[in-house]
Amino acid sequence: MSRPKIARKSTFIDMTAMCDVAFLLLSFFMLATKFKPDEPVVVVTPASISQVILPDADIMLITVDAKGRVFFSVDNKNIRKGLIQDMNEYKGLGLNETEMNSFAIGGSIGTPFNQIKGYLDAAPEARAAYDKTTAGVPTDTSVNNPDNELAMWIRSARNNNPKLRICIKADGEAAYPSVQKIIATLAGWKIFKFNLITNLKAVPAGTFAAQPASTAAK
Amino acid sequence: MAELDTSSGGGHKKGGVKKAKKLSTRIDLTPMVDLGFLLITFFIFTTTMSKPKTMEINMPFKDENLKKEDQSKVKESTALTILLSKDHRVYYYEGIGSDATNPPKVEVTNFKNPGGIRQVIIDKKAKVEALIRSGSLGATDKTTVLIKPDYNSTYDDFVNIIDEMSINGIQVYAIVDISPVDKEFIALTEAANAGN
Repeated sequence: MSRPKIARKSTFIDMTAMCDVAFLLLSFFMLATKFKPDEPVVVVTPASISQVILPDADIMLITVDAKGRVFFSVDNKNIRKGLIQDMNEYKGLGLNETEMNSFAIGGSIGTPFNQIKGYLDAAPEARAAYDKTTAGVPTDTSVNNPDNELAMWIRSARNNNPKLRICIKADGEAAYPSVQKIIATLAGWKIFKFNLITNLKAVPAGTFAAQPASTAAK
Repeated sequence: MAELDTSSGGGHKKGGVKKAKKLSTRIDLTPMVDLGFLLITFFIFTTTMSKPKTMEINMPFKDENLKKEDQSKVKESTALTILLSKDHRVYYYEGIGSDATNPPKVEVTNFKNPGGIRQVIIDKKAKVEALIRSGSLGATDKTTVLIKPDYNSTYDDFVNIIDEMSINGIQVYAIVDISPVDKEFIALTEAANAGN
């Protein structure tokens, strides 16, 4: 009557395979991650049912915060470099190479031309503090107005990259005239197609947009 | 850990040449896996969090240098004019309000549902479709919405009303600058409503 002995198995599990998987996934996510570019202001965009996804490259971003201040940004580093060089020449900003590089690697800009040199010279902390109080890029409804600095930014940026897609990211609380100025400026350059960045909201049930595509596409 | 010192026979010395202690080549990978998954979690969260922010609306826009006669091509019977005003109020009237002697009936509503501007747009669309069926409008005529945001409206209203266009399948709409006449309409309606 000998009881069969149950073989004692080791509790040790070979972790190599699991480790492989973990690091494979890790490298995937690291490469796939695109960090949010740091924005000078917090913008809460309104929601819409539009599901069009913004392309990753060739973006000109015009940010409007709740107080109506306008910030301007272009996504590509090389284009930013070309843009600031053009601006420097055109407006006689007197920027040196370091300041231009600082623009190229920076984020959205919300300074008038007469303060841009000081802004680019400043340390990142000082710039963040400046962004909280700045009046933004001066805009106007007419592109012919010399004070419409946004118009010059837009034109120069488009000269550097004609494929730029123009996106307006405005805060829901922003007064309409501040957005209207931007739309008018774009219209002045004959740009009638641009994107508004919005959050996603559900399509209301029972409406035209909620119908299946076969019946709605008429 | 435990398995590191299992291979050699303990600390017994039998004289002679000292044998080099054979160490196991197995390394405990648990902490490494832990770390790996921790980082994975971090990256998963950072990627998915920034994704929904990239949604967009494409907005057609009319050329402002068009001739006057081209601009007012919109038929009165197909048109609905929507005025956006303060406190998220929406004023609307049928037609384009071009006839000064016969001012349109301006009404006020909001973005709430049901009973808001959406119902107005749906009704207008049904009306235009009925007119097309009855033959008083051509088959190519479409409901046209003119959006005129007043200066005291917000960007939120603006996006909401454009969104209503896509929600209700209005293909032809235009964003127009508000005219003094329209501002007067708003003022008059406001005064009339205040009396009630």
